Amino acid sequence: MNSIKRFAGILWIILGPLAIFYLIKTASEEIAKKPVIDTKIQWMVFVAIFIPIAIGFMIFGYYALKGEYDHLPESSEEIVG
Amino acid sequence: MILASSVGTLIEWYDFYIFGSLATVIANQFFPKANPTAALLSTLATFAAGFIVRPFGALVFGRLGDLIGRKYTFLLTLIIMGGSTFAIGLIPSYERIGVFAPIIILILRLLQGLALGGEYGGAATYVAEHAPADRRGYFTSWIQTTATLGLFLSLGIILITRHSLDTDRAKSIAEFNDWGWRIPFLLSIVLVGVSIYIRLKMKESPLFSKLKDEGKTSVNPLKESFAHKRNLKMVLLALFGATMGQGVVWYTGQFYAQSFIENVCKIDFEQSRTILIWAILFGTPFFVVFGNWSDKIGRKWIMLTGMLLAIITYRPLFNQLFSIADTDHKKEFITRKEINTKLIPIPNTENSLRTVTSTRHFEEGVRLVEVKTDTLYAEPGKVTLKPDIKTSKLLNDENYRWMIIIIFVMILYVTMVYGPIAAFLVELFPTKIRYTSMSLPYHIGNGVFGGLTPFIATLLTTIYTGDKLVGLYYPIIIAAVCLLIGVLYVSNKIDPNIND
Repeated sequence: MNSIKRFAGILWIILGPLAIFYLIKTASEEIAKKPVIDTKIQWMVFVAIFIPIAIGFMIFGYYALKGEYDHLPESSEEIVG
Repeated sequence: MILASSVGTLIEWYDFYIFGSLATVIANQFFPKANPTAALLSTLATFAAGFIVRPFGALVFGRLGDLIGRKYTFLLTLIIMGGSTFAIGLIPSYERIGVFAPIIILILRLLQGLALGGEYGGAATYVAEHAPADRRGYFTSWIQTTATLGLFLSLGIILITRHSLDTDRAKSIAEFNDWGWRIPFLLSIVLVGVSIYIRLKMKESPLFSKLKDEGKTSVNPLKESFAHKRNLKMVLLALFGATMGQGVVWYTGQFYAQSFIENVCKIDFEQSRTILIWAILFGTPFFVVFGNWSDKIGRKWIMLTGMLLAIITYRPLFNQLFSIADTDHKKEFITRKEINTKLIPIPNTENSLRTVTSTRHFEEGVRLVEVKTDTLYAEPGKVTLKPDIKTSKLLNDENYRWMIIIIFVMILYVTMVYGPIAAFLVELFPTKIRYTSMSLPYHIGNGVFGGLTPFIATLLTTIYTGDKLVGLYYPIIIAAVCLLIGVLYVSNKIDPNIND
């Protein structure tokens, strides 16, 4: 199970940049199609919010790849040390 | 204790939803399309409050809750929310104070989003920290009912107010659109006043008090939550393995479903709302059922089963909704077509306002009502270039009940994913940074992934026009990724001790 978790981490790392690319591409196309302020704000908000989330997803994938989720903490001591 | 916490949270949701439910009326009063600045502020109010400010509120109030305590923090969010809502009901319209009106509304809406971002984490943490270990899911599930009941309350009060302002229904609706919409906002102050009184009488969470007495509270909750790998990895797991999927299932079942039956199926304004009201009424007890059950079998599989069912059945369920109201493939009873024309003289002119209502009857009891409004000019040959045409469909009792059942099934999925989640989140994090750590993934999952569901789903239908159900791919894909992550990485173990 742990090897599947780690292997899937690669998938999450790849999905992050793919999501960012698709988001920026769609935003550019939609703004070009209808270049009014409403569309610009709407897509700027989408891009500004989803890029950090996609980066978080890559970090999640990295942690998974490194085996950080092989064992989940069973007490708070393991989290706060 | 559960009741006292839940009432306040319910009122915060009520306050947040009435703005959304009355968005069209508010737009007419404060954001006239003719003024570009006002239109811009309208867009900002819609997007910023829901998607940016909510997670920001989670950070601001989460930090405060871990520093000074749960009780005073969620008392503060209640005061901010209630004060903003009441103030919205008092703002003069755009016609009276110009661009100041939309600016003030935008600020108040941002304050609402900020307060909502801080409320939920506080209430869920507070209740969980009072609950016995083996009943944590049951206790916190009452907090989970508040979001749905808040929507129920807002829809109910709006419908009642809409019909209570005049004995003539049409006049009552007109008065509601003119000034009566303010009543649900003003009413909020009474509800908030009661709730503040109740919350003032509550004691601080025993776990937080103990930490404070021992001098073990966090000095920098934000740093400890998000800059330390051991906690950050749990925040990321909570987001991608639970709240992300839960958010899209929730918003699809409650909000996109309503938007779909109203805008795609074209069901009448009141029928579409009462369908949702009935479905919510029947569905809400299941939050407690699944919360309680999660104490016995664990949180993980209940939430993930809800996601799986949603992924598999969304398309057939929405397709069924569409088929019920679809008049293109139903036989029309042409002889039963009714046309009524009403003329109202326009004062100080020789012209009249003409309203032509045509009702077409189809098999399976579906009626298509078209209301066309234009000006009938006295001057020969002059006609209204663009008459206002509104179309809606009315269902017979049997189809109306079918729609309630379908939406109820979707709300059942909501109760599966949402009922146990507060207990699940609380158990992931240590007491000293619990408020901060659980609030952020919750509000990104619900505010961003969930809140964007109606927009993205509608956007997809405008890009790919061939498939009316194409919008469902957004919640289905997000829920599927979350399901996979949940199955692989999330533990089903119930934490017996959250006192650390």
